[in-house]
Amino acid sequence: MDIIKIENVKYKYSKEDTKYAVDTVSLNIKKGQFTAIIGHNGSGKSTLAKLINSLLLPIEGKIYVKDMDTSDDSKLWDIRQTAGMVFQNPDNQLVATIVEEDIAFGPENQGVESSEIRKRVDDALKAVGMYEYRTRPPHMLSGGQKQRIAIAGILALNSDCIILDEPTAMLDPSGRKEVMDTLKKLNKQGKTILLITHYMDEAVEADRVVVMDKGNIKLDGTPKEVFKNLKEIKKFGLDVPQVTELAQALKEEGLNIPSDIIHIKELVDLLCQ
Amino acid sequence: MFKNLTIGQHYPVESPVHNLDPRVKIIITFIFIFSLFLIKSFTAYLVVVAFLAVAIITSKVPIKFVLKGLKPIFLIITITFIINLLMTPGKIIYEIGFIKITEEGLKQAGFMAIRLTLLIMGTSLLTLTTSPIILTDGIESLLKPFKRIGVPAHELAMMMTIALRFIPTLMEETEKIMKAQKSRGADFESGNIVNRAKNLVPLLVPLFISAFRRADDLAMAMEARCYRGGDNRTRMRQLKIHRGDYVAAFIFVIYLATIIISRIW
Repeated sequence: MDIIKIENVKYKYSKEDTKYAVDTVSLNIKKGQFTAIIGHNGSGKSTLAKLINSLLLPIEGKIYVKDMDTSDDSKLWDIRQTAGMVFQNPDNQLVATIVEEDIAFGPENQGVESSEIRKRVDDALKAVGMYEYRTRPPHMLSGGQKQRIAIAGILALNSDCIILDEPTAMLDPSGRKEVMDTLKKLNKQGKTILLITHYMDEAVEADRVVVMDKGNIKLDGTPKEVFKNLKEIKKFGLDVPQVTELAQALKEEGLNIPSDIIHIKELVDLLCQ
Repeated sequence: MFKNLTIGQHYPVESPVHNLDPRVKIIITFIFIFSLFLIKSFTAYLVVVAFLAVAIITSKVPIKFVLKGLKPIFLIITITFIINLLMTPGKIIYEIGFIKITEEGLKQAGFMAIRLTLLIMGTSLLTLTTSPIILTDGIESLLKPFKRIGVPAHELAMMMTIALRFIPTLMEETEKIMKAQKSRGADFESGNIVNRAKNLVPLLVPLFISAFRRADDLAMAMEARCYRGGDNRTRMRQLKIHRGDYVAAFIFVIYLATIIISRIW
């Protein structure tokens, strides 16, 4: 079942803009899938995320979240609840002065009963491994921890789908790993993940990679299918994982190895045969 | 240096006073302030001191912390004392040149100084025993009945929460900008007051711009989390009146009755 259906969507920020930020994009996301959207700055990937969450409305085309039209005002809150969104700056999306209060913010807005909120908050905190930090003020946490709190805030909304707009861009490597591990774990538990990133090593972990450039989808497929197109990806101002680049260079030098290697271990195993 | 900053002066320990419902504490503090203005005799102050002493002892807050609250207004107390001392007409007990100290003046000055001191100690005790978040909850809940006449109770509480949340973040940012500018030769410490104020402009401009950007981001994040104002909103932590609150209210009523009786006599 497709949880998100994007049909020929166009969007631009102001009428005077000659170019569309998102230009005729169609994309379907299956329930339970881990999708990474990669693209250069200004490729329209963040705009696309905001369109799905109904923070922006398409100028042309339709977006359906769980068969609800994002331009239907009466479904607005259901859409935002189904497709929760995590933003780039961990500091600018936490509302409350205490971790557990912040996670309760979403369900409180939904009008959930207080005992149920308590349960959801505890479950969400445990799911992201931050239960012991529940009474801390957020400004005392590291970037990775804050981002996990933000994810927990979305989990407490009971969202089926989590959209993350470059959640690791402002984090150090250990923080990035924390967030990625959390996302992989949540994906295994059945959450649909839509990760917008410009780190290739994160995109490699996904089930599906979508490459955007100038508002369009250029490549779409499994990480292996996408990253073997090394030359094309470089054209979009993006990199491929280092190991893919190395494998292709070795291949050009005459080694008999496939061009779709994306994990270091794969290449090591091949070379050490 | 700002990382461990605590907002307000909350002294976090477990005590019967800390566990009181914030609404009860706010109302008691409020009436307590009024009760101070009912007092007309020094002996009645003894009742106030006794009441405060009981409250402070049960709160387990060291007296040192309660007195700390007096520091910023020490000057005001002193000025009030001196003005009252010198300006009240009456029976002169001491005189040098144009300075005349009267018996009434001395009495009045002492009276005002004690009143102010007790007032500050009482209100400090409220902020010392209640964390800012719980205090905000209490204020929101107390203002709710006035919503009908247009008091934006939820909005005020939300603003307070967000302010509390972002003070440390903006402090950290100020420090960062200051360091960045110092490293490029900015001088925040020397010169006269006008120059120093001028030097703050390049600090405030980036700080304001970033604060607006943060506000924009936060608004979007709040909307994404289904925030749509205070209507139909529930709270995870609900305020409940416990037995302790009745006990506190009872003690306070006795105190208040004593004050009123002393006034009538």
